[in-house]
Amino acid sequence: MFPTPIARTSRAWQVSYQSLLPVALILWLLPLIAVALFSVKPAADFAGGNYWNMPSAFAGVENYGKVFLDSDMPRYLLNSILITVPTVIGCVALSAMTGFALGIYRFRANLLVFFMFVAGNFVPFQILMVPVRDLTLNMGLYNTKTGLVLFHIAFQTGFCTLFMRNFIRALPFELIEAARVEGIAEWRIFWFIVLPLMRPAIAALAVLIFTFIWNDYFWAVVLTQGAESQPVTAGITSFNAQYRAAYHLMSAGSIVAALPPVAMFFLMQKHFIAGLTLGAVK
Amino acid sequence: MTSAPDAPPPHRSWYKRNEIAVTPWLFLVPGVAMFLVYVIFPIFQSFNISMQEWDGLGAPEYVGLRNYRELWDDPAFYTSLRNNLLWLLLYLLAIPAGLFIALFLNQTVTGIRLYKSLFFFPFVISQVVVGLVFTWFYDPTFGLLNTILGWVGLGPVNVLGDPTYVTYGIIAAGLWPQTAYCMILYLTGLNAVDPEQVEAARLDGARGWKMLWYVIIPQLKPATFIAFVVTIIGALRSFDLISIMTNGGPFGESRVLSFYMFEVALSEYGFRMGYGAAIAVVLFLIMLCFIAYFLWSMYKEQKAR
Repeated sequence: MFPTPIARTSRAWQVSYQSLLPVALILWLLPLIAVALFSVKPAADFAGGNYWNMPSAFAGVENYGKVFLDSDMPRYLLNSILITVPTVIGCVALSAMTGFALGIYRFRANLLVFFMFVAGNFVPFQILMVPVRDLTLNMGLYNTKTGLVLFHIAFQTGFCTLFMRNFIRALPFELIEAARVEGIAEWRIFWFIVLPLMRPAIAALAVLIFTFIWNDYFWAVVLTQGAESQPVTAGITSFNAQYRAAYHLMSAGSIVAALPPVAMFFLMQKHFIAGLTLGAVK
Repeated sequence: MTSAPDAPPPHRSWYKRNEIAVTPWLFLVPGVAMFLVYVIFPIFQSFNISMQEWDGLGAPEYVGLRNYRELWDDPAFYTSLRNNLLWLLLYLLAIPAGLFIALFLNQTVTGIRLYKSLFFFPFVISQVVVGLVFTWFYDPTFGLLNTILGWVGLGPVNVLGDPTYVTYGIIAAGLWPQTAYCMILYLTGLNAVDPEQVEAARLDGARGWKMLWYVIIPQLKPATFIAFVVTIIGALRSFDLISIMTNGGPFGESRVLSFYMFEVALSEYGFRMGYGAAIAVVLFLIMLCFIAYFLWSMYKEQKAR
């Protein structure tokens, strides 16, 4: 193991390491801790110039209550869910199929199609802005959640295909050969043999895509406007305009907007990291 | 292929006979169709639109290379391009920083798992929230940065209001989640480092930096490659932070190409789709160099298997 395991080092370094850890963590998360602190301060603290001292009173319930009851925030959160969940389902479904096709079969265009997905996925997506917005307008889907979902599914399929294909490549191919010898139809091989084995990959992709889409801001701004279809990342700017300079409320709003992916991460940590670090180890 | 029997029975349907050849395409069709319509075609459409003067509503007018000619003389374009290069260069700092934190956390003490998750935390949060958090962090009147600077007697710095600091300030905010991402890549990589090699090198007297440079880093190569790829892509995709923190200001000094494109094409500054598309093409050409390199590396690896 590198660096030298702490248990094998001097007592002095062991103690300093143990005490360094929390200090480093607090420094690392300082900006976030500040926002969390802001979000439970009463409005009077800001008016009185008390930014960085302890809150004069705990106003967390009041602040968060206002975010949920007194603003469009619940609406935006619901929109985010209605955009994120269908996207996750769509991406996983499409990429399970493309990954299966590219992972199992050997045909001439295989690598070409695969590289198309990979290359498209690397593109700075802003360059698609003008044509995709135009396409969405022409389909009558501008400012709808459907329009946003369709684009997200299409774009994320690139990354998901890369992921699924590599995962399927690592499965034992003998399984498929054995099934073919038995005369099982190809789609049944997909459904009854490969799909059950892909469960960990599907879980990993689902949490990753959930996070990516929940956190998307650019496409939300390009393809939607207004509270009826915008997700929470775009909504937070209108929220902040509504409560300009009300830092306690803006902080509480930000934390609410950031929370769902955070919860997802802590619940599904193993899958999340497995997904992100795919390929980081040979 | 294994499924082709020696003597095919006579009355098999066309599909049955060609099942192995046809099935992959049936599985590919929905995904490939979506991807072509929403990603691949729009790339080429951007080239086409960049030769037009178009407000997004009326009839487009073909103007040849005029948009590019205009870009050539546009100072805002050069500011954006310079900032994009700054982003590319400085964003790469996330890789050594991530490695450093990963080395720091690669221990087995109680609670280390929780520490690792909490260090990774910034990556999970949306860039919009990261932007807001850092806007307040930099705030000249009450921001934590200036409060801390005040303790050591340094004057307040309005990071986001000063044309010289603004891009660095935003990049620093972007480095925060990106470093977390590189850290998690390296933590996974370090987990897979061959302990026997490390022990052998230790017996040979390799320690500290030497060990890191000659034994550990070569074994982390796959992790470094991925960290490089995602960091480059992240740098060229930077948009959210700029939009949230400064909206391109002050005086357009924090713009990057993707943001400037959005500004000319979709914001109140005018609906110049053609000009926006021309900027998109430039951004795409920059990315193309990297995409070609990434694909080449992946291709070599595929061949080697």
